[in-house]
Amino acid sequence: MNEDGPVQADPGASRQPPLLQAEHVQLYFPIKYGVLVNRTVGAVHAVDDVSLSLTEGQTLGIVGESGCGKSTLARCMVRLLEPTGGTLRFRGRDITHLRRRPLQPFRREVQLVFQDPSSSLNPRKRVGQIVAAPMRLQGVERDAARARVRELLDRVGLNPEHVNRFPHEFSGGQRQRIGVARALAVNPRLIVLDEPVSALDVSVQAQVINLLDDLQDDLGLSYVFIAHDLSVVRHVSDQIAVMYLGKVMELSPAAELYRKPIHPYTGALLSAIPIPDPKENRGREQRVIGGEPPNPVSPPPGCRFHTRCPWATKVCAEVEPPLAEYPGGHLAACHHPRNVSSAEISGATRSPLSPLSAGQLMPGGQQAPASGAEKARESQVTARTGDAPDAPAGEGSSSWHLEVVDGCE
Amino acid sequence: MAEPLLDVQDLEVSFATEDGLVRAVDGVSFTLDRGEVVAIVGESGSGKSVTVMTLMGLTRSPNARFAGSARLHGGDLVTASEEELERVRGREIAMIFQDPISSLSPVQRIGNQIAEQIRAHEKISKAAALDRAADLMERVGIPHARDRVRAYPHEFSGGMRQRVMIAMALSLSPGVLIADEPTTALDVTIQAQILKEIRQLSRESDSGVIFVTHDLGVVADIADRVLVMYAGRLVEQGTVDEIFYDPQHPYTWGLMGSVTRVDRDPPKRLPAIPGQPPSLLRVPEGCHFRPRCPHAFDPCRQVPPLESRLPGSPDHLDRCWLTPADKRVKREVGGRIGLAEGKVIG
Repeated sequence: MNEDGPVQADPGASRQPPLLQAEHVQLYFPIKYGVLVNRTVGAVHAVDDVSLSLTEGQTLGIVGESGCGKSTLARCMVRLLEPTGGTLRFRGRDITHLRRRPLQPFRREVQLVFQDPSSSLNPRKRVGQIVAAPMRLQGVERDAARARVRELLDRVGLNPEHVNRFPHEFSGGQRQRIGVARALAVNPRLIVLDEPVSALDVSVQAQVINLLDDLQDDLGLSYVFIAHDLSVVRHVSDQIAVMYLGKVMELSPAAELYRKPIHPYTGALLSAIPIPDPKENRGREQRVIGGEPPNPVSPPPGCRFHTRCPWATKVCAEVEPPLAEYPGGHLAACHHPRNVSSAEISGATRSPLSPLSAGQLMPGGQQAPASGAEKARESQVTARTGDAPDAPAGEGSSSWHLEVVDGCE
Repeated sequence: MAEPLLDVQDLEVSFATEDGLVRAVDGVSFTLDRGEVVAIVGESGSGKSVTVMTLMGLTRSPNARFAGSARLHGGDLVTASEEELERVRGREIAMIFQDPISSLSPVQRIGNQIAEQIRAHEKISKAAALDRAADLMERVGIPHARDRVRAYPHEFSGGMRQRVMIAMALSLSPGVLIADEPTTALDVTIQAQILKEIRQLSRESDSGVIFVTHDLGVVADIADRVLVMYAGRLVEQGTVDEIFYDPQHPYTWGLMGSVTRVDRDPPKRLPAIPGQPPSLLRVPEGCHFRPRCPHAFDPCRQVPPLESRLPGSPDHLDRCWLTPADKRVKREVGGRIGLAEGKVIG
């Protein structure tokens, strides 16, 4: 589907390469069918052309509903899965297709914490063995590892005397601390946390979030924090990516995202979360979006959210919106952006992080000032894109118009 | 005052285990009126699920011991015989479970599973029961309900399965509907749909709803009254506004403080509750929350009674020895309600 095209460097990251960078990463799971001959009859578009980057010492939150591809993306990032397209860079080095051995140094720097602490800890091993395992694999001596395990247990707030206990002797929150201790064992720089607190009670959630906060401050760690809960993500993230059906819908600094969600999907997610304050809850207008996410085997054309979006017009079903960059480094892939002024809309630029299949069509305000080259083409109105069908001229809502902007090719 | 729909008094449930007696529910009393939503909040292991499952007669086993009563339409759910329970379950009291996929039979068609319950209580033909099933599915917002009566559970998404569970629970218009964490396994957008559905359906049928959850956001959204449980006991109960704006028990403060809010700038640090909930085999003497409570003082070695301590709010009950004036000062942490960090006695 998408070939790897030339990717422009992220303008903000020119000084130092970001710690982890995903460029148009794509992961399709083939659907096989047949008895003797395994024919591939289709593919689950789990992650479809996602570009993200993570600066050292920061936290990137990834949110979305189940099935949006956030966990698959996390597994790509730690290279548990090999992407079927795009490039993954760690400190500028391409790690997309590295084999096991060349990956080993990378494995030391990147660790993963799973959602369910009881199924990610071997029930037959003692805590000491579990936490020491990554160190032993990296060739640390038994005695040195033992001493370090006690240090680590203390660090995550567990009693070092409990090294000889089994996972079942701990509560859910304590087990998640064991998972964190194991991840810390090899002094990683990046920890990918896949729903680390979703299975925990609120009071314990707060403890684990505080622990992760402390560790980041003390050790200068970087996190990729996956969650389906926008309120938890708000607490931990510097940057947040909102995913839907394998694509990034919105990518923004955390505070900015909550102050003014631009993509209608983000707005819907935020509005769906009940606020723990009865009066405010009664007072606010809650927009419940109907329906469910479509099947990722055959995602809808154009904007993937258009089948559930209250603002969708004809253009949304036809042209995939590129990620438009608004002031404050706020990126959103939507033809009908919310919470932005028409000046901001006309000032928006096409982000190089946009999917390759996205159209050239930018959301435009009434008085969109266009630069010379764009003005010349503005009369054409139709979007010149590689694979997207022609955009309808003058169709859709009247409050905004279509605009052609220079692409990155 | 009119008689409540459901009246639970001093309910006690304990289980004999190899390690000793587990007091899962320890003297819980509350009432439920028609058209009312009562939420039970608490952490895992607080006894909230055991309480509601006991009302359905689902905790009965040779090693379970019960005390107290739960009066519904003149009968007592705690002492009712199996036959009586069978007549009541579904018709007068019904339950929606957390995990719809394990509560539905994977080998039977959805329509048949709903119709089966109707036919267990009413003498109607299978065709008529299936017809009712389709109506119910339509009512809970399942699209193309007529065609999907013949579908199997695996053909439904999580949200749709939960709708099937709701349709099943409502099939005989029970007076009491128990929802045990019905949205915990669902995505927020689907959760919002289901909550709306439950609220609307309970209003239409004028039934009382007991809603078990650990999510305070959901509580604020759906509940009229709130019961807060900790380690088998009720520690506080009141209207939703009383609990959220004037919480009296330090455990409730801790819950409030731990919640991450989507509509506010996050505080630098979440005021978490220190420590773990106690094992129900070895509950601390006196107030169960004492070992985790930074405000604990000498009287806490005695169990505080659940009573109204605020003049003017006779129905706002709590189990804490602190004076209301003290509480007002102590629950303020950084401008919001939370549990202060402090020395905790072991």
